[in-house]
Amino acid sequence: MTQPATKDLITVNIDGRDVAVPRGTNVIEAARRLGIDVPHYCYHPKLTVAGNCRMCLVETGMLAVDPATKAPVMDPATGKQRVNWIPRPAIACATSVMPGLHVRTTTPLVRDCREGVMEFLLINHPLDCPICDQAGECKLQEQSAGYGRGYSRYIEHKNVKPKRTPLGPRVTLDDERCILCSRCVRFCKEIAKDDVLGFTDRGSYSTLACYPGRKLENDYSLNTVDICPVGALTSTDFRFKMRVWFLNQTNSIDTGSSAGANTVVWSREGAVYRVTPRQNDWVNDTWMADSGRILYKEIRAQGRLGSIRVNGAESALDFAVKAAADILPRGRVAVVGSGRSSVEEQFLSKKLCDALGARASLVSRVGKGDGLLVSADRNPNVRGALVTGLIDALPSARLDRLGAQIDSGQVTGVVSIGEDLAAAGLSASQLARVSIVYLGTHANATSAAARVVIPTLTVFEKSGTLVNQQFRIQKFHKAVPGVAGATDDLLALARLTAAVGGPVLSAEVEPLWERIAAEVPALGAVSFAPIPDTGLLLDGAPWAGLPFAEGPSLHFEPAARAAGEARP
Amino acid sequence: MAAPEQHRLVFRHIDEPGYSNDLACYLRNGGYEVLRKAVKRKPEELVDEVKKSGLRGRGGAGFPCGVKWSLLDRKSGKPVYLIVNADESEPGTFKDRYIIYRDPHQLIEGIMITCFANRVERTFIYIRGEFPDGAKILERAIAEARAENFVGPNILGSGYGCEIYIHRGAGAYICGEETGLIESLEGKRPYPRIKPPYFPAVLGLYQCPTIVNNVETICHVKHIADMGGEAFSKIGTPNNTGTRIFCVSGHVRRPGYYEFDVGKLTMGQLLNEVCGGPLPGRKFKAVIPGGTSAKVLKFGERYKGRRKVGAEMVEYDWGVEDIPMDFDSLAMVGSMGGSGGVIVMDDSVSMVEALGNINAFYSHESCGQCTPCREGSLWMKRITARMVHGDARPEDGALLKSVADQIAGRTICAFGEACAWPTQSFVAKFGDEFKSYARERGGPESGAAPELV
Repeated sequence: MTQPATKDLITVNIDGRDVAVPRGTNVIEAARRLGIDVPHYCYHPKLTVAGNCRMCLVETGMLAVDPATKAPVMDPATGKQRVNWIPRPAIACATSVMPGLHVRTTTPLVRDCREGVMEFLLINHPLDCPICDQAGECKLQEQSAGYGRGYSRYIEHKNVKPKRTPLGPRVTLDDERCILCSRCVRFCKEIAKDDVLGFTDRGSYSTLACYPGRKLENDYSLNTVDICPVGALTSTDFRFKMRVWFLNQTNSIDTGSSAGANTVVWSREGAVYRVTPRQNDWVNDTWMADSGRILYKEIRAQGRLGSIRVNGAESALDFAVKAAADILPRGRVAVVGSGRSSVEEQFLSKKLCDALGARASLVSRVGKGDGLLVSADRNPNVRGALVTGLIDALPSARLDRLGAQIDSGQVTGVVSIGEDLAAAGLSASQLARVSIVYLGTHANATSAAARVVIPTLTVFEKSGTLVNQQFRIQKFHKAVPGVAGATDDLLALARLTAAVGGPVLSAEVEPLWERIAAEVPALGAVSFAPIPDTGLLLDGAPWAGLPFAEGPSLHFEPAARAAGEARP
Repeated sequence: MAAPEQHRLVFRHIDEPGYSNDLACYLRNGGYEVLRKAVKRKPEELVDEVKKSGLRGRGGAGFPCGVKWSLLDRKSGKPVYLIVNADESEPGTFKDRYIIYRDPHQLIEGIMITCFANRVERTFIYIRGEFPDGAKILERAIAEARAENFVGPNILGSGYGCEIYIHRGAGAYICGEETGLIESLEGKRPYPRIKPPYFPAVLGLYQCPTIVNNVETICHVKHIADMGGEAFSKIGTPNNTGTRIFCVSGHVRRPGYYEFDVGKLTMGQLLNEVCGGPLPGRKFKAVIPGGTSAKVLKFGERYKGRRKVGAEMVEYDWGVEDIPMDFDSLAMVGSMGGSGGVIVMDDSVSMVEALGNINAFYSHESCGQCTPCREGSLWMKRITARMVHGDARPEDGALLKSVADQIAGRTICAFGEACAWPTQSFVAKFGDEFKSYARERGGPESGAAPELV
């Protein structure tokens, strides 16, 4: 085998096939590139290597050279350079590629290693599959089917350990199922920076526990449930609720902050059961914050708006937009958009503003960034508003200027797209002085004071795009149908825009994008469908001077944003 | 040929009437003179002497000490540490405890010479928790030595300084594994590290280059510095140089510790002449030559092959009694020299019960980090416990072997081999006993089997 020209690529041979991979790649990843699966439990691409499950044992060998002359030693049978196979198998996760490395994964020794480890993992493992949440996505099930012996020789008693320990508010532990891979321990220590989990006791009686007096309650605790290869760590919220093979998976985005962690929404028959992270090596690796997962509960939370109302009476969309048009005097209307709206909604909001001769404000939500996946900007899409031109400066937390305009009579009508004006600083009397058209999902002081209320959809019930702190535009998709009585945001905005004299625009995402690409400079080269699942990096230079609130977080450095990031 | 006399090199003063473990006694017997001479030499010279001596580790692995020292990473600029492995936990081994309890200054002198040779400034003695008095004795001895500048910032006015710290263990055999020891010393659970990349010589204690040596090995370093590496290499046999302390226990008339030139006496001479032979009315059945981790040898077996003697290849045909007690010969017959713990079993022993005892030990001591050892050692223990407590099946021997075969060679550390080899060798050599245990229920001496841990 010849080594490739680039010094940073190394060629190795796995099961007779050559592959060139960057220096530092381990054999599991190198094999993955060839489509060869090396089974493993404790290895995780985003955590340090532990090497304790021993499932990834493979045979390794180096090309034979004469020790004195360094000349290659040939094998007369094949005519090729001989490979000195090392009799002791090596773990693939801890073996970095080296020039001349040969690996075999299909030999009888490797098969025996895998069957042996599988057997050892199963002898003390409880027969919980029928009641275990992990069924259907359990590495133990998959790998025993794929690489196990298929029958049991174990007739002794199995270990008994605590079966349902709450480690914290969101995670429940079943110690008997734990295979002691230590992924959760390493995750908490290295990623969440909260060294709270560890093993107690020794040998086969080793038990996972929180350190004395501590609880697993950091904002990333549910990631341990995701990475647990078996059903030991379970989500207390999801426990016993649904079999995973009945669930549809829809790609979405965590709207808890501008970090924009990629997610998967798991749903069935119109209900969401859980949200898990989706791998994106440029945004969130394989993690997401717990605070983003529980957002799905807002779909059916108390106060979800369920009917279009005009002056308190139930109505229909056409009447509502006409009534709205009647109460919004051109030139004396303010539009309050939202950093939680999608790019498409913000584009239509801009059209609405133009049609009404109105200025748009957003409401900022700034908190303390945690340096990981909850950024300081708790609005997921302020940058979408900048990109679409809905706003040209960063929003403030309070709508004081609007309040003053209301007080002075300059503004007599307000369209609020998903923002509670009272929470943003407007007083009840100010709310009473203006005619409010409210498009939103949940009841609040603004919807109560509004003359026209059009219930809209949560992020789980619609599709669109959001621009995160990296100026990366990412798609989210509709996972469940909207609740009864809610209207798609794009439809509501398009109809409203047309009703107040603006252009007639499509309420479908893809046709709308033809207009967006044509009219928004930053999105000129973008079309909706080809945006990859990992997002598309936009040029944030036009807004580089703005004082964004975010500090460093995972895969994001505020200062070096334009320079340092690799494009996907 | 009669057995040679003991060569009490390290154990010279053990059991000497009137010898006490304080500094004054050690000095009266010429103590610390070797250190005095050593600090006047170049450190590299001392390393060379050890290399020439051919000294092999006495803790169990028998790795050449000079080679271990030469693997130290000197390029990174990190401080180099020495760790003295006083964890003596291998079943059947009880030599280091006497050095610590009765002649601690010999160890300290050996440590200081080792540290000087390897430019170590901080060294740790990791002593097993079950030796509380030993720790106190060592601390007192170190304090005495420091008062005379044998230890401390300016040793014997040489300008070289080294501190010794005692660290007590807390009852874990796995802390005798070098990387497990390092983890324990760092305050963590003693999970051995994966090698590569964590070779102690490169990434050891606090990720700095570290040597881990056994107590007896370090005492030999003192004697090598005294007589010279070449003289040492002439003691014993080629590639198996020096003396070693055999700890004989079990069914012999005179169990105890005996120090001989390596390879200069046979198993038979050791057991029959030195230790007085089997107990009255009994015959030897099996012997484990190097601590329970070594494979068992069955009396009556023959070992045939060819080996190098001098410059020639010579045939050998040995019974157990003929095996020379050195590392290479014991390895050739399929066992190992190990830690020198010779455990003798006579025909009153049921091999199934003996294996049950051994398996109970290993399953209790497994750290639990990697799958094969953690689950396999407990499975093997459960099988033998079930057999001993009355529910044996004829196929259990084959099952034990199959389980053990799945452990050895597949684990992070050598504990995998240590727990698998006894089972493999017992079943291989005494397979009939395992098959017939169900029928005979309890072996030659039936009776209530003791409760295993």
